[in-house]
Amino acid sequence: MINMVELLLPLFVGAPLLLGGLLFVVPRLSPVQPMIAMGSLLAVLGGAVTLLVLTSDGKVLAHQISLWPEGIAIAFVADAFSALILTAAALVAVISFQYMIVSGESRSPSIPALVLVLVGGVAGALLTADLFNLFVFIEVMLLPSYGLLIFLSRRSDMGASRLYVVVNLLASTLFLAGVGLIYAIQGTVNLAALAGAGDDPATAIATAVCLSAIAVKASVFPVHGWLSRTYAAASPAVAALFSGLHTKVAVYVIYRISAVIFEGDSAWMTAILVIASLTLVVGAFAALGEKDMRAILLFQMVSGIGFILVGVALFTPGAVTAGIVYMTHHMIVMGALLLVASAIEHTYGSTRLERVAGLRTREHLVTAAFVIGSLSLVGLPPFSGFVAKYALVLASADADAAIVAGLLIVVSLVVLVAMMKIWAEMFNGKRHPDVEVLAAESRIRTRNGLYDTEQVNQDEVALEAARAIEHIDPPRGIIGVEGDPHEHRGTRVPLPLIYPALILGGISVALGFGGEFLVSLAEQASAGLIDTGDYVKAVLGR
Amino acid sequence: MSLALSIGLLAAAGVFLVLQRGMIRIILGFVLLTHAVNLLIIAAGGIGRRDAPFIGTDTSMAADPLPQAFVLTAIVIAFAITVVLATLAVVGKGDDDTEADSSLELSDPEDSASEKSGDLK
Repeated sequence: MINMVELLLPLFVGAPLLLGGLLFVVPRLSPVQPMIAMGSLLAVLGGAVTLLVLTSDGKVLAHQISLWPEGIAIAFVADAFSALILTAAALVAVISFQYMIVSGESRSPSIPALVLVLVGGVAGALLTADLFNLFVFIEVMLLPSYGLLIFLSRRSDMGASRLYVVVNLLASTLFLAGVGLIYAIQGTVNLAALAGAGDDPATAIATAVCLSAIAVKASVFPVHGWLSRTYAAASPAVAALFSGLHTKVAVYVIYRISAVIFEGDSAWMTAILVIASLTLVVGAFAALGEKDMRAILLFQMVSGIGFILVGVALFTPGAVTAGIVYMTHHMIVMGALLLVASAIEHTYGSTRLERVAGLRTREHLVTAAFVIGSLSLVGLPPFSGFVAKYALVLASADADAAIVAGLLIVVSLVVLVAMMKIWAEMFNGKRHPDVEVLAAESRIRTRNGLYDTEQVNQDEVALEAARAIEHIDPPRGIIGVEGDPHEHRGTRVPLPLIYPALILGGISVALGFGGEFLVSLAEQASAGLIDTGDYVKAVLGR
Repeated sequence: MSLALSIGLLAAAGVFLVLQRGMIRIILGFVLLTHAVNLLIIAAGGIGRRDAPFIGTDTSMAADPLPQAFVLTAIVIAFAITVVLATLAVVGKGDDDTEADSSLELSDPEDSASEKSGDLK
């Protein structure tokens, strides 16, 4: 059984890539396209769960590509850590793609194919045990992302897309240089063969080059600026997809490299701790200055990266466990919140706080999804955020980093303030008089596929807005409230658009109540990172 | 030594060009930067102490094939991304100035007007 699964490990990469290629020959408006894509995403999710079950007792599965001898072959490895992150990533991908199907974005040319290639690249980056191969898979993951960012963006200027490609290309080039340096010093780029090589100063510096390159991709302070600029130009559903995949894969790589090559060498870990702390503070405070829901959430993403990195920087079993729990939680909750923003933007045409207001009484499910997501992000029980933050604060205190523990709590309060800001203006605020007009204009733009600089006929917009007030009925039970200050007729978020966010929110609640389960999985994953013996043995066979 | 100098020169020129504002210059900068990194990987194979792998020569002194495989892969990837970058330089409205983008609020209109005049068209 185990041998069979080991043989199938390359399928996590191969199957989505092949199917992604095949999708280009299927007619693009055929309903088969999204179905094939969804089917194979679900298969990846199912496979990831299988891996998680098989590795949950600490077993490490490895497959040498083409069955070359160990040490020469590129190895694909699945341990509890990679299986857990792969499961979470596949979950976010499935839910985001479900949203894209409902919102009609999956009908744009070649979008299902690009999502499949993206997921194939992510699976490869999570499973490979070879640094050069990792570089290749990161590129496989980035190329479809460029397409997703550009094809689904309604911006007519390409500034954000150019910035995204340039930043990622620069980081990749730097990473490649680091890999070259490691090869020059050690004569190998097999991660397992490099275990503990960080003791040698030259190798340590070469590895640090790789880590700095990956830090750019993870949007760690001070190289975090590109994220909020570029993801803001993407379609919101794409931002949700990226939030669960791109930065988290980069963080995964930081965890893996720090654990295997440096083995928690304290000199390096102190540097990472300072950078992680700065990231979480800067991200949280930068969010306070934004006036757009999506921009606030994007800076929360930066802040979350800091929280996750605190785990690996302290490098005690408890801290690494807490970091992995936080990473899983953050992928799911950021996905939920960004999908809430997607649904709002899709319906109302904007996520600017003052333009879309008074959602609380109109959009009950959207409000519910936002409240679950934001309370979980802040870290209140019974959501998964509480488990993650509680574990992280406790672990920091145990690791004699009381300052960091205090910082985590203070920053959580700042996150709460940012979420309150969204709540106060967008959900609790007074409804903007032009909201129907805005929503109508957004519908017309979507229908005709217009760019942001193209003008819409205002008469048409007025007609559409009037039609919406007349034809879109309020849900039952709200009709006939005399003297209600809130207008209940008119535009509202279609139910299928909000279900994906609610599903992720539900998973966050489930992980909050079942915290023990998640923590035990993360404990297994962190044991594999603290003691890399099994990993090395599985890859090198000795 | 000549390899080290070439890498340094290419990297310096690449970094200089990437720091320019015009998209075409940035693309050229990346072409140079990836060349620098490719040469670095070739150098990682220890070319100073190894020979061309001809039949009949000492195989223990033959050139290391792995860095060459790395470089081959890296060239293909860099080529693909260069095409993406070049496409990005020509599509979209306006010029190829990477930062004259009012929606990103990176520069004020007066600035970008003066920059555009000096930009590649």
